[in-house]
Amino acid sequence: MHEPLGASGLILNERLLWEKGRKGRSGFSMPESDVPSSPLPPDLVGDGPDFPDLSEVDVVRHYTRLSTWNFGVDTGLYPLGSCTMKYNPKTNERQAGLSGFSNSHPLLPESLCQGALRLMADLERFLAEITGMDAVSLQPAAGAHGELAGMLVIHAWFKQKGDSRSKIIIPDTAHGTNPASAALCGYSPVPVSSSAEGILSPEAIAAVMDEETAGIMVTNPNTLGLFENHLKAISEIVHAKGGLVYADGANMNAVMGIADMGRIGVDVLHLNLHKTFSTPHGGGGPGAGPVCVKKHLEPFLPVPRIIQKDTGQYALSEDFPESIGKLLTFHGHFGVLVRAYSYILSMGAEGLKKASQLAVLNANYLKEQLKDTFHLAYDRPCMHECVFSDRYQQAYNVTTLDIAKRLMDYGYHPPTIYFPLVVHGALMMEPTETESKEDLDQYIDALKKIAEEAKETPDVLRAAPTRCKVRRLDETAAARKPCLAG
Amino acid sequence: MKDINELKFPENVRYTRDHEWARLEGNIVIAGISDYAQDQLGDVVYVELPRIQDRFENGEVFGTVESVKAVSELFMPIAGEIVAINAELSDMPDVVNSDPYGAGWMIHIKPSDPAFMETLMTREAYLDMLKG
Amino acid sequence: MITMRYLPHTPEQIQQMLTVAGADSLESLFSGIPEECRRLQEMNLPEALSEWALNRHMDALSAGLAVSPEYKIFIGAGRYDHHIPATVSSLKSRSEFLTAYTPYQPEISQGTLQAIYEYQTLAARLMGVDVVTASHYDGATALSESLLMAIRKTRRKRVVLSSLIHPYYRRVAQTYLEPAGFEIIELPFLENGLTDLSLLEGAVDIAAVALQSPNFFGCIEDLKAGGQKAHEIGALFIVGFTEALAYGLLKSPGSQGADIVFGEGQSLGIPIAFGGPGLGMLGCTPEHTRNLPGRLVGKAKDMDGKNGFVLTLATREQHIRREKATSNICSNNSHCALTAAMYMASLGKSGFCDLAILNHDKAAYLCRGLSGAGFKMPFQGTFFNEFVVEFPEELETLYQRLLEKKIVAGLPLSAFYPELSHHYLLCVTETASREDMDALIREVTPCMNP
Repeated sequence: MHEPLGASGLILNERLLWEKGRKGRSGFSMPESDVPSSPLPPDLVGDGPDFPDLSEVDVVRHYTRLSTWNFGVDTGLYPLGSCTMKYNPKTNERQAGLSGFSNSHPLLPESLCQGALRLMADLERFLAEITGMDAVSLQPAAGAHGELAGMLVIHAWFKQKGDSRSKIIIPDTAHGTNPASAALCGYSPVPVSSSAEGILSPEAIAAVMDEETAGIMVTNPNTLGLFENHLKAISEIVHAKGGLVYADGANMNAVMGIADMGRIGVDVLHLNLHKTFSTPHGGGGPGAGPVCVKKHLEPFLPVPRIIQKDTGQYALSEDFPESIGKLLTFHGHFGVLVRAYSYILSMGAEGLKKASQLAVLNANYLKEQLKDTFHLAYDRPCMHECVFSDRYQQAYNVTTLDIAKRLMDYGYHPPTIYFPLVVHGALMMEPTETESKEDLDQYIDALKKIAEEAKETPDVLRAAPTRCKVRRLDETAAARKPCLAG
Repeated sequence: MKDINELKFPENVRYTRDHEWARLEGNIVIAGISDYAQDQLGDVVYVELPRIQDRFENGEVFGTVESVKAVSELFMPIAGEIVAINAELSDMPDVVNSDPYGAGWMIHIKPSDPAFMETLMTREAYLDMLKG
Repeated sequence: MITMRYLPHTPEQIQQMLTVAGADSLESLFSGIPEECRRLQEMNLPEALSEWALNRHMDALSAGLAVSPEYKIFIGAGRYDHHIPATVSSLKSRSEFLTAYTPYQPEISQGTLQAIYEYQTLAARLMGVDVVTASHYDGATALSESLLMAIRKTRRKRVVLSSLIHPYYRRVAQTYLEPAGFEIIELPFLENGLTDLSLLEGAVDIAAVALQSPNFFGCIEDLKAGGQKAHEIGALFIVGFTEALAYGLLKSPGSQGADIVFGEGQSLGIPIAFGGPGLGMLGCTPEHTRNLPGRLVGKAKDMDGKNGFVLTLATREQHIRREKATSNICSNNSHCALTAAMYMASLGKSGFCDLAILNHDKAAYLCRGLSGAGFKMPFQGTFFNEFVVEFPEELETLYQRLLEKKIVAGLPLSAFYPELSHHYLLCVTETASREDMDALIREVTPCMNP
C-alpha cells in the first residue's frame, strides 16, 4: 500500500518584507556612475518610496520560503475544471528567455524585429488552423480581454450596418466574464437555460432570438464539460435573424484536431493560451486571449495587425480603418505568445489531437471511477471535464467546500467548486492529458477515502485542511475590515 | 441556512417581494432586509447606502448588501426621498445579521405617497410567498 | 508518432482506461459530436520538432532581433531597458510561483498571497496611495479602468485626458469608453511641453481629469495645479506614469493630490519582451477602495488565530457580480506583480533612489551633450530619463544609416504628433554608458552642419 500523497514536513515561517532588513543593505549591484551629477530643482524631488533595505540573501531566503507554501502543477495534480492546468514545458521557458525575445523593444524599426513579427504571424496562422477560423489578433492580454475584443468586434460590425442591437443571449452555464464583457459594450444579457441534457436546445434559442439581439455567447464544449451538439442549428437560428455567434474557447483542450469551430458557424472566438496552450498560470496571470474571426469580421480586429509585404518582410500595420482600435499598449503578451508558439511546434498536429483525446479519456475515466462515490450531475459521456456535486454527502452535513479543503491534506489542489452555478454544490474536475493513470488512480483513491471520512468522521473534513501552512481563514472578517497593505 | 420556521417575521412591518421590510413611523418609512434575506446572504460584510436627499421610485435600486460570496441589490419598498441612513453599518455590518429589524435598519424614507404602504405584503402574505 | 514526453499514457494504459470509460477507442470518445461539427481534414501545422530542433529554430528566430548591448537603443516610450538582477530572474522562475493558479484556495497559496500583499504594499508606497490592486494588464488598461471608476463614482459621463498621456494609452481608453457612450475630451499641450489646463475652467459634467507625469515628452507636470483644477469642477484627479522608476526621485502622484493613480510597472524587473506582458498598476485613496476593479489580497486570520492572507472584496468581481462587476477582469498579471515586488525588495529604498538619480544624471548628460552640439531642445522643463530633441531634416536619412551602425537614435514623434516633425523622443537609462552617449552625439553631429 502506497503512502498517501499528502505529507507534512518542515516549512518555515517568513515575516513580511518590511519586517526584515536594515537601512543601508542592498540586494542590487548598483552600476558606477560615469557621468556628472545633475540635481533636480528641490521642489520636484520627493523622499523616495518607503521600501525596506534588504540584502540579496534576505531576498532569496524570503521568496524561497514563500514558494514552499505554494502548490503548482509541478507539485501535483491540479484538476481545476475549465482551467486546463496541464504541464508547463520547461523548454518554453528557455525559448521565452532568449535574449532576442526578452530584450527587444516593441517600437523598433521593422528591419530590426523580423524574428518577433514572424513568430507572431506564424502563431496567428496556427491558431486560425486549429480553430477553423480565418483571421487572428494576438493582442488581447487574457481570456476576458479577448471576450471584450470579440464583443467590440460584434458591436462594430452592427454599427457599420447602422443596426443598433442591445441584447445578447448568454447561457446560464456561462463563465462570469461573459456577461461582464458583454456589459462593457452596452449589451444586456438575455439568459437562457440549458436543457435537461445539459446543453442548449435550438428551441430555447429560437424563443429568444430576435432582431434586437446581437447574437449569442456560447462556450463549447460548455462549462459542464459537454459538447454543444446543437450548436450548428443554433448558429443558423442566430444568423437567420442577422445575429452573430461568439464562442468562448476556454475549453478548446477537448477538441483540438476534432471539432471545427468555423464549420459549426462560429463568427468570433477567443482562446486562452494559458489553458489549452500550456503557458504557465503564474499565480493568476499573465495569460493571453487571442481573438479569432471569420473573414467578414476581419476588418474590425484590433490594430496593429501583422502583414507581410511583397518583399516577404513582416510589418505592423494600422491601415485598417474599421478596426475597433487598440486594446493594449503594444502588440500583446509577447512573452506568453513565445511559449504557446513553442508548445505548438513541439506537439505538431498529431500531438495536439492526441492531447485532446487523452484529456477526454482522463476525464471519462475519472467520471466512471467516481460516479458511485459522488453524485454525477450529468451521467453521460463527457469531454475534458466532469461535474460532480455534494448531494450524497449532504446526508452527513458535509459540503463541497469541506471535500475540497480535505483534498489538500491528501496532497491535491481542489477541483473547481461552486461553478457552474447550474449545479448546486458543483465539484468540477479537469485532469488534463498530462496526468498519468497512476496519478489519477491515487487521486481517485484519495477521493474515495474522503467520501468514507464524510460518512464516518465528518468533523475531520469540516476541520480541514490541517496539513497546510494555515487552516481555514476567516474571510468574513477580512472583507469587513479589509487590510490591503502593510 | 435556517428553516423558515426558525426565522423571525414581526407583525408590525410590511414586506416586499425582494425581501425588504418597511415600517411607517409617523410620516417616515424605515426599511431594511428581512431575516430570510440576511440568512440567505450569510455574514454581511458591507452595505452600500445612498446619499441623503437622493430620490428613488418604488422598486428602484437604492444600494447593495454584500456577504463574502454574494451581493444583493436593495430595492426601494416605496417611492420617496432618503432622509437618513444607518451610519453604524459601515463599522458593524454584522448587525444586519443579528438584528435585521432593529439596529440593522438601513434607510429612512420620506414617502411620496404613504398610502402605498397598504399595498405591501403583510407577514402572512410574505410567509406564504416564502413557503412557495 | 514519436512518444511525446508530455503525454504519459502507455498503449496498455489507454486500453485499460478505455475499458473503464466504456469506449472502444480514443476516436469513439467523440462519437457524440455530430459530423457537421467536425474537421474535414487533419490540422495543417508544421511537423512536431524535437527539443533540440526547437532550440535551433528559436535561436535562429531570435538572433535577428536588435537588442542591447550589441545595439544602442535610445527608446523608452512605455517600455524601458533596465538591468534585471539574476536573483529576480531566478526567484520568479521557481515553479511553485510560476505554475500555480490564482490563489482561490488560500490555504495552499500563501506564497502567492503574501507575495502579492507585499507587492500591493510596496506599490502603494511608491505611488503614494493607500490601496493598490493585485495588477492589471498594463498602464493603458489601468488608465481605462481608473476612468471607469471615476465615471461610476461621480455618475458623470465625460472625462478629460491630457494629450501628453502616452498616445497608445489614450487610444486604449477610447476603445474602452466609446462603446459605452462616454466622452473623452483632450487637453492640448503648451510650448513648454506641459499640459494646458485652461480648458478645465468652468467645464461641466466631468468625471475625471487625467495627467501623466513624467508625461510622454518626459516632462514633469504641475500635478498640484492639475489636482486643484480637477477638484474645483467636482472631478476626480487621476495621475499616471509609464516609467515607475521616476518615483525614486520625484514626489509621488498620491502626495500631489491624486485620487486614483495608474501606471506601467514594467521598469520594475520585467523584461521588455517586445512589449508584453507588462504590469498595470492601479491604486487609490481609501474612499474609492470598494470601487476598484480586479483582485485584492487582504490580511486574514485562520481558525487557530495564525496570520495569513486571502483574496478579498471579491464581490466586486466578475465571478460573483457577473454583468454588474466593476470589471470583466479575471486573469491579471500576477506573476509580473511578483517580479516587481522582488525587484523593489532587491533595490530597497536606497537602491531605488540611487538608481533613479543615476537614470536622470545619464539622460541629463546626453541632453547637455546634444544641446552643446547645437541641437534644439524644444521643451525646457525638467525631465526624468526621457526628453525630446528637435533634429534637422537631414537626420531622417542619417537615422537609417545609424540603424546599420546599430544605433537607434530615439523615437520619431511625427507619427504621434504630426505637428512635431523632426522631433525625437530619446530615453537613457542606467544601461547606457558614457561612451554610448558620446558615440551617439558624434554620429548625429554631422547633420547639424551638412
